[in-house]
Amino acid sequence: MDYLWRDLILAPGGARGDVSPPTVAKVLNVALALVLLIVLVWVCLVSLHFNWTVVWDYRVDLFKGWVITVEITAVALVLSTLGGFVLALCQRSFVLPLRYFAKVLVEIVRCTPLLVLIYLLWYGLGGALGIGNDWRYIMGVLTVSLFEGAYISEIFRAGIESVGKSQIESARAIGFTRAQTYRYVIIPQAFRQVLPPLVGQLVSLIKDSSLLSVIAIAEFTQSAQQASSTNYDNLETYFALALGYLVLTIPISLWSRWLERRFKYET
Amino acid sequence: MKLSLQEVVKRFGTHTVIDRVSLELDGVHCLALIGPSGGGKSTLLRIIAGLEYPSSGAVALNGRSIEYHDEALLRHRRSIGTVFQAFNLFPHLTAFQNITLPLEKVHGRTKEEARDLAEGTLRRFQLLDHSHKKPAELSGGQRQRVAIARAIAIKPQVVLLDEPTSALDPEMTAEVLELIEELKQEGRDLLLVTHEMGFARRLADRVALLSEGRIAEIGPPEQIFGASQSEVTQGFLRRVLKY
Repeated sequence: MDYLWRDLILAPGGARGDVSPPTVAKVLNVALALVLLIVLVWVCLVSLHFNWTVVWDYRVDLFKGWVITVEITAVALVLSTLGGFVLALCQRSFVLPLRYFAKVLVEIVRCTPLLVLIYLLWYGLGGALGIGNDWRYIMGVLTVSLFEGAYISEIFRAGIESVGKSQIESARAIGFTRAQTYRYVIIPQAFRQVLPPLVGQLVSLIKDSSLLSVIAIAEFTQSAQQASSTNYDNLETYFALALGYLVLTIPISLWSRWLERRFKYET
Repeated sequence: MKLSLQEVVKRFGTHTVIDRVSLELDGVHCLALIGPSGGGKSTLLRIIAGLEYPSSGAVALNGRSIEYHDEALLRHRRSIGTVFQAFNLFPHLTAFQNITLPLEKVHGRTKEEARDLAEGTLRRFQLLDHSHKKPAELSGGQRQRVAIARAIAIKPQVVLLDEPTSALDPEMTAEVLELIEELKQEGRDLLLVTHEMGFARRLADRVALLSEGRIAEIGPPEQIFGASQSEVTQGFLRRVLKY
């Protein structure tokens, strides 16, 4: 090994930080961070005399909840992406009522805590409409989709705006209609800008869906709460919960970072 | 080309960029618009290209008056070729696709027709070896030549060029100017906004000098560059030809 200690601890190029450290240094430092975290968890476990039987006894329920979280996320991903796209287009519409409705909606949704939004839509709107228990999941998924859709519409808007004015001018000069300009010029170019943050938003979506537990949707968090409520020993199940979410979110987060790097080099 | 401008005015807010410009040209093959920056050359070209609405006045190209509403302008823009200073090409498409896309989607050509037209044009401009490259892989001069190839592949009635070499270094400028000269020799009608005085002089059969939104002088290049009667023209040429 030719590496000096210095190379393993300090990034080449110093504080400029624009040079990637050697792979050995990366692996070692990630391992170091993980070891530190594991030690921390271990200390907690030892001092609190954890009892994992509850987690084990409820493993089937926990797994069912985990699957429902995956399902909710998958449906909400499609809905929020579509909704976000429509909202982004509406925000750029030349029909002013449409444009400002979209803008106001996005702003209000983004500035409201998701927890509050879930209560308001389920007990408020749901109550007013008199919808029953069958609608609980649908309403839950719609609420999360609306919330994430508002953020996604901002991602799309930024992506569309990243396509230069000169490109739109060029499309006009060629004789493209507005729809053709979107189809052939704006969307393909905005796509590479949008994809990494969009995938990143999926991580938020997965995490945020845990709040649906407050309206008794039997997703992952709710199933963990059920398990822990039997003997009031809820910490163990929360460890399991964290693990179950991390299994989903970390790969997606890494994927988002990878996409970001790939598209950066291509342009 | 036949070009008729009647009392064309363009205002941006309170600022008048084109101030009652009138013009009647017939049988001109290359009109060069020259003049100081901010004089209104580009705006006038954009009005003729159908990219900008005049505030008032009338424009007719080749005997057909341009109606300034969206649908008619779309048709008008499809009948002419426009080349800008830079950023003409779509960066996510190859040179070849940049040419075929409008042929297929705007002009209703089949895939095969579009391919043949694009290949033919690229070959003529010695760009065939670069047809699979994205704009980022091309030099500035090559990019501009592909842009011109795209503009003429649709067989436009007129090609409008808005400072096509202003973003290029001298060597690339030469390569693009040569290509434009070729177009002229092929008998294609050109309308050119340029800062290249030598080029305007050699290529144009009519030169118009725009200053402060008005045509200070218009005439054949020998008159403008040799025997100008206008003080504005003389002052402008003295300034740009000094170095």
